[in-house]
Amino acid sequence: MNLGLRENSDAADTHVQIRVGMATCGIASGARETMNFLVEETRHQAIDAVITQTGCMGFCYAEPTVEITLPGKEPVVFGHVDKTKAREIIDRFIIKGELADGIIPVNFKTIDEY
Amino acid sequence: MSEYNFQILVCGGTGCKASESEEIRSSFVNLLNEYGLEEEVQVVLTDCFGFCEKGPIVKMMPDKTVYVRVKPSDADEIIKEHIVKGNQVERLLYRDPVTGTVVRDRQHMEFYKKQIRIALRNCGFINPEEIDEYIAHDGYMALGTCLTEMKPMEVIEQIKKSGLRGRGGGGFPTGLKWEITAKVPGDQKYVVCNVDEGDPGAFMDRSILEGDPHTVIEAMIINGYCTGASKGLVYIRAEYPLAISRLKIALAQARAYGLLGDDILGSGFNFDIEIRYGAGAFVCGEETALIHSMEGCRGEPTFKPPFPSVSGYLGKPTNVNNVETYANIPVIINKGADWFASIGTEKSKGTKVFALAGKINNVGLIEVPLGTTLREVIYDIGGGIRGGKKFKAVQTGGPSGGMLTAEFLDTPIDYDNLLAAGSMMGSGGMIVMDEDDCMVAIAKFYLGFTVEESCGKCAPCRIGNKRLHEILERITDGKGEIQDLDRLFMLSNVIKDASLCGLGQTSPNPVLSSLKYFRQEYEAHVKASHCPAGQCKALVRYEVIEDKCTGCTLCFRNCPVGAITGEKREVHFIDQSLCIKCGVCFEKCKFGAILVS
Repeated sequence: MNLGLRENSDAADTHVQIRVGMATCGIASGARETMNFLVEETRHQAIDAVITQTGCMGFCYAEPTVEITLPGKEPVVFGHVDKTKAREIIDRFIIKGELADGIIPVNFKTIDEY
Repeated sequence: MSEYNFQILVCGGTGCKASESEEIRSSFVNLLNEYGLEEEVQVVLTDCFGFCEKGPIVKMMPDKTVYVRVKPSDADEIIKEHIVKGNQVERLLYRDPVTGTVVRDRQHMEFYKKQIRIALRNCGFINPEEIDEYIAHDGYMALGTCLTEMKPMEVIEQIKKSGLRGRGGGGFPTGLKWEITAKVPGDQKYVVCNVDEGDPGAFMDRSILEGDPHTVIEAMIINGYCTGASKGLVYIRAEYPLAISRLKIALAQARAYGLLGDDILGSGFNFDIEIRYGAGAFVCGEETALIHSMEGCRGEPTFKPPFPSVSGYLGKPTNVNNVETYANIPVIINKGADWFASIGTEKSKGTKVFALAGKINNVGLIEVPLGTTLREVIYDIGGGIRGGKKFKAVQTGGPSGGMLTAEFLDTPIDYDNLLAAGSMMGSGGMIVMDEDDCMVAIAKFYLGFTVEESCGKCAPCRIGNKRLHEILERITDGKGEIQDLDRLFMLSNVIKDASLCGLGQTSPNPVLSSLKYFRQEYEAHVKASHCPAGQCKALVRYEVIEDKCTGCTLCFRNCPVGAITGEKREVHFIDQSLCIKCGVCFEKCKFGAILVS
């Protein structure tokens, strides 16, 4: 099996999981820059984070979109995440655990919820 | 970590903002400060909850209680009762519209979620370039079940029982298609995935392939097992480079895991998938044209029957399905046909993915159970019309579909209802238009698209659509006559009846539906040379209102073609023969001295 995944899933209890929506629409509105910034900034601030790309979350009006799961918490989705917003998310949400304006409520049921 | 014990989430989506969510937030903040609770409770403005009908919505965290139709004056009671005493404020709880009972149970506080994600279940959740993440989300489990525990006909039976219909637009029962392909004898059969997504404003299939390519691969292998095909072909437009590169990665990973190739999962079943690129011709979304294109021939449709299930790629039995159809298959196997059939309407089961676009606040990709109304999609999930303007129509089914007016807002969306209303499901593009859109110009836009994309094989489509487009052009240029309306109607019906394939048979739909529901707009164009929406440039006239003009020269200085003359502090004048109707003078004038007629 793939080692990377095992590392990631083991890390779920201790690491911040960050997913950046990287479909064509996300990339076109700057998701790659956001992702690079998140990678650099979490490393710079020595935050234990696993950052991965994912597909379209469906919120095209709010790209780039980023989903963050703090250890032991439910995922939170942020919209319009440019560098400024990404910094605010790191400083307020990831470090202090406060919510920030502009979170996108999950407005759909999953197949397990129906 | 967080020092806050409570969080109050106030919906700040565009829909709720109109109903004072800002005031609600500030009254919470002010009162919390007054009561000295600001260190304990954080107030956050969120994006749209997708339930704008009952907005503004306030969600209390961590207990997840949701309050609906909240007013700024309710903040005090919510703080005193909910936060201080721990009691729910009963009058603000949601009342179930069917049973009339109040939803107070914290387990059922998710009533505002109108979407169910089946085809999009992994999009935005897993890393599409990592097969292990797909597997961790029950990926390839359905394939394992099919290959090791079920006979091909049993799988087909399940698909038939689920009621799944083709999501590419036609709505043909998927299980039946598989059964036909399975029963036709043949030494070599093919499974094809149609990713020739060409409707303007549609991006459902692209998003699925970019976000969850393995679901399509898994379903194609299952399809191959059921129909007896050993080869799969994905026909994808070359304009989708990211989808192609993720699909390639996914195929390589599946091969490395032994999920493609010989003796899959030790079952003795062999199957592999190749990619074929389309050059972007709209007609190649039609299955016979698609097959010809894959064979290296011109992308032109041929008469059906024989259907591809009997004689398709290289004359062999070929099962063609669309991306979204495939994306439903693994879930049907995993969760059961009965589960799937419990979602949707009597004749249209499951969910449908729509690409919401146009004059709507929450442009995006959504997936709703069939039977959801257009109103729920546009006003709740879509957050309503941009800029608070009035809804005029929604175009479903792209260039093949029709325009649905406000009277259809409460029509449940399913294959049959949309057809009856003069439109069609199509692949899932949904373009919302507001009062500023001219229906004649929109019909002309779609016709222009069809004229470009007609393959030219049959005369009704090649010549007829061209003539239709010319008539529409005449009308929007103000040179139409009232008889043109009858000509449009007659010619449209001839094209519908006489064209060879789906493209021509449906291309007049935008004209026919707009003629039916917006005849008065057509009449205004031809009778009064007036475009009610002010969109048709040839019919718009910009003039200076002499009494209001101060001679500030602003319009004179900004006119790009020098059509405006006049001295300083004297009334200006627009030369109609030079005016290109760009509207700059109207935008720049500070005195409202430009009249648009």
